[in-house]
Amino acid sequence: MPSPSDVRFVKSHEWARREGGLVVVGISAYAVEQLNKEIVYVEPPQKGRTLKAGDVLGVVEAVKAASDIYAPVSGRVAESNEALAQNPSLVAEDPYGAGWIAKIEPSDPSEWENLLSPEDYDSFTASEEPH
Amino acid sequence: MTNPATRDIAPKSLPTIFECSVPGRKGHSLPPLPADADALVTEAIPKRFLRREPAALPEVGELDVVRHYTRLSSRTMCVDTNFYPLGSCTMKYNPKVNETVAGLEGFAGAHPEESEESLQGILKIYHDVSQALSRLTGLAGCSLQPAAGAHGEFTALLVAKAWFDDRGETGRCEVIIPDTAHGTNPASALRCGLRAVEIKSDARGRIDLGQLKSKLGPSTACVMITNPNTLGLFEDQMHEAAALIHEAGALVYLDGANFNAIVGRVRPADFGADLMHINVHKTFSIPHGGGGPGAGPICVRDFLAPYLPSPWVVFKDGRYMLERDCPKSIGKVRSFFGNVNNIVRTAAYLRQLGAGGLREVSGHAVLNANYLLSLLAGTYDVPYGIRCMHEFVINATRQKNLGVKAMDIAKKLLDYGFHPPTTYFPLIVPEALMIEPTETESKETLEAFAAAMLEIARLAETDAARVTAAPETTPVTRMDELAAARQPVLAWPKA
Amino acid sequence: MINPYIETTAEQEREMLAAVGVDSIDTLFSAQVPPGIAFEGEMDLPPPLSEPELLREFRTLSCRDLAARPAVSFLGGGIYDHFCPAAVAAVANRAEFVTAYTPYQPEASQGTLQAFFEYQTMVSRLYGMDVSNASLYDVASALGEALFLALSARPDRRRIVVPQTLHPDCVGLACTYLRHFDVELVIASAQNGVINLSHLRDLVTSETAAVVVQHPNYFGCLEEVEEIAAMTRAAGALLIASCDPVALGVLAPPGEFGADIAVGEGQALGLRPYLGGETLGLFTCRADFMRRMPGRLVGLTRDRAERRGFVLTLQTREQHIRRDKATSNICTNHAHNALRATIYLALMGPSGLRWAATMCVRNLQRLRAGLEAVRPGSIAFTAPCFKETVVRTAGPARAVVSALREKGILAGIPLDRLGAEHTHHLLVCTTEQRTDDEIDALVEALTPHL
Repeated sequence: MPSPSDVRFVKSHEWARREGGLVVVGISAYAVEQLNKEIVYVEPPQKGRTLKAGDVLGVVEAVKAASDIYAPVSGRVAESNEALAQNPSLVAEDPYGAGWIAKIEPSDPSEWENLLSPEDYDSFTASEEPH
Repeated sequence: MTNPATRDIAPKSLPTIFECSVPGRKGHSLPPLPADADALVTEAIPKRFLRREPAALPEVGELDVVRHYTRLSSRTMCVDTNFYPLGSCTMKYNPKVNETVAGLEGFAGAHPEESEESLQGILKIYHDVSQALSRLTGLAGCSLQPAAGAHGEFTALLVAKAWFDDRGETGRCEVIIPDTAHGTNPASALRCGLRAVEIKSDARGRIDLGQLKSKLGPSTACVMITNPNTLGLFEDQMHEAAALIHEAGALVYLDGANFNAIVGRVRPADFGADLMHINVHKTFSIPHGGGGPGAGPICVRDFLAPYLPSPWVVFKDGRYMLERDCPKSIGKVRSFFGNVNNIVRTAAYLRQLGAGGLREVSGHAVLNANYLLSLLAGTYDVPYGIRCMHEFVINATRQKNLGVKAMDIAKKLLDYGFHPPTTYFPLIVPEALMIEPTETESKETLEAFAAAMLEIARLAETDAARVTAAPETTPVTRMDELAAARQPVLAWPKA
Repeated sequence: MINPYIETTAEQEREMLAAVGVDSIDTLFSAQVPPGIAFEGEMDLPPPLSEPELLREFRTLSCRDLAARPAVSFLGGGIYDHFCPAAVAAVANRAEFVTAYTPYQPEASQGTLQAFFEYQTMVSRLYGMDVSNASLYDVASALGEALFLALSARPDRRRIVVPQTLHPDCVGLACTYLRHFDVELVIASAQNGVINLSHLRDLVTSETAAVVVQHPNYFGCLEEVEEIAAMTRAAGALLIASCDPVALGVLAPPGEFGADIAVGEGQALGLRPYLGGETLGLFTCRADFMRRMPGRLVGLTRDRAERRGFVLTLQTREQHIRRDKATSNICTNHAHNALRATIYLALMGPSGLRWAATMCVRNLQRLRAGLEAVRPGSIAFTAPCFKETVVRTAGPARAVVSALREKGILAGIPLDRLGAEHTHHLLVCTTEQRTDDEIDALVEALTPHL
């Protein structure tokens, strides 16, 4: 299934969507697939923390795998998805919607242009060896 | 209190010991408290320190306890009941005489604060085991203090770091680790404040010398090498790798998890190792106890010996003594002296086998692995050829394409009465099944296991559902691990 | 064949070699091990022994120790002589428990998994804490793990406060474990055998990640744990308590006095002294830290047929998955020792544990009263004690130990290794195993040395 058109990606499998002045961040459906869709826990990003693009934002855990979530853009963590504490499976069920992970107040809007388009991301994942 | 007959559990589950509890029942035969006891406690301990209500331990009789845990034991597969070819874990037979030796009162009753004159026997054992391990590894210094293999890794890395720091080379803060390594290697590096740097294996499943070279530098402290590696392959460019590492001023760390493949035939010092740990439960037949205790002695080159954990056992003026004045030592990594009971078992094993018996350990471990590999190679894909050391990895992708994953094969083996091999490790082989038969298994057992494996491969082609439904003969079938991790229940709720 | 545990006959060896396609085992090695590495000839070890010879040799060694050992022991200092019901060894030594591995395949390991789940339940109840793991090596390494947990839970704080009243091996281990981290390890001084609270108050700051307290402490004394907990909480730091599990038969548990992490040495729960080598690291904490815990955890769940069962869980914390981001490097733990502790606690139950703890206090009280009657002030520290106390000797305590050894008594641990101020201090322990006659004999034997 192709990725939604309103988001951009980084190669570490996070997506980003501009919403008002914020950038909403989550992990891609492909990443969810890599974790066998068995998301058991999401370590919530710390609100108020300032991050550079590529810094570790949080961790998403499956039964026997865990992977770091990297910030696709620099900025301050404005919000984290508190619903995930009770229901981490939202990440698997609706990765681009209710399964969002954090909202970042971007410090450098020009970084948006470095992100991958959905098409480029899809061809990147198609080329990646399945794990 | 629930009536036992109405307990709401499925027929094959056993109640927990807490559900067996009956108020007022006792599992002990203790004398009554002396008349003065309660008064003396009140006198000795102010009320604010006292427990208000006793801990909610079960109230059960001795027979309840004996029957409960005996029943639990019957729901556990072990080496004494089943072939257990768990790769990299070396589930060999554990000689019973070692248990007798380890249970001798002179050793078991020894208190660590006794004077050395009543510890001469056990200190001699410490001394002798150290010496034997030094001879088997070619590394002069030895510490028996680490409590397990991973603890040995950690301890040895601390020793290396202390040596570098002492030489003023404080910038050496990286440890290079191949991608086939046990997870403990990077985790131990982290624990020493060192950074793990991963290198990929080459197409032959060995260390890629080009990669190694590119990562080596002035910040490299150690390169951790498992040899034979976790694919069961001997690092055939070990000399070259060690030369590169030494040239960069770094140390060669040998993960001795697979020392059982070469013990008595190859001394790690002779292929360049500077320091290593040994898992005594693997190489020297200590029973695994359901996950420990083990022991993780470390051996190091002479120049690293002053940094070993203190105290040391020394032999001076005809007596064994504890040397506590060790100014360069990294200090303590556990209380007292180590997992002494397992060092005694090791001593007994070494003494019974001698150098010749140990050569047979590695020889037959390798023969058994190659024989089993030859029986499976036609049916399962073997990514690294038909020659191996003490273990080998098969790739079940062929079966996965038929709808049967490595995990399904593992579970189906349980129905044939075999413990499964290690699954999904090392990480670089997809659908990995890592098989280590060990030297103590007979030809007949290996053949029976191979027959089961071939039968499962045939089922994968004809009736995959039979395999994916496995296991069918165990007390429980596959568990909902997802639910366990999402809503962890780590203790039985209080009534 | 020298090795009695290899079953392959010479004939079978030939068949197997033929199937593999080599002429000898040596060829299997020379085909894989590059030249110049293999050792020529046989390594220099003592010659092999048959089973009867082996038993004779080790019995001789062990008898040498046994014969040299005085009959009555008042040694403690972290390793204790407690009563253990015979059923513990009888059940725990079943081969299924002894020769199984870590329960990676839950279907084939329900026995050990359920036992470890019961262990976690008993230990967390005893300590009054939310969760326990399935064991660590010993109390010292459990403390080391607790320090790392505290530092990860308080990432912006870099100070650890450790008291002088902590077991010296735990202090030593904390130094070793933290050496290569940017962490300031400060020592809170002792006064009258307990933590000097005003010194502690000075040390516990907004920089402090954790405060460690041992209760009862190394000198046997009870610490003012509630006050220490309040002080720690006020600073936003975590309280790590190290508690003797037998003492918790009568003492308020760390969960009640406000510990965030509690550790303990489980040797007292049915394990032998074994030169301090048969240990069990008890590790418990508040639920908030569950996902940061070190070591194995067993969880309750259901199988495909909705039957109750147990699995290793929260494995993403562990080294085999998280590698260099794991919460700890621990792999093998002290599972079989934990099993023995489980069976011990099941047999003793609340009444048995309370009995053992009460007898410890009672026996120590008898000893203290006896010594004080001979010479007032011979008990060095007046704080309440559980099963150990420090006796002040007239001459160096080490010489007193030697003198009493001649009378068949192991009087205690001379504390001179802790510093010159302790030269005349003897740490004496009375568990429930000591009889009134033995205690009275110790008082009498110590009398000329007080």
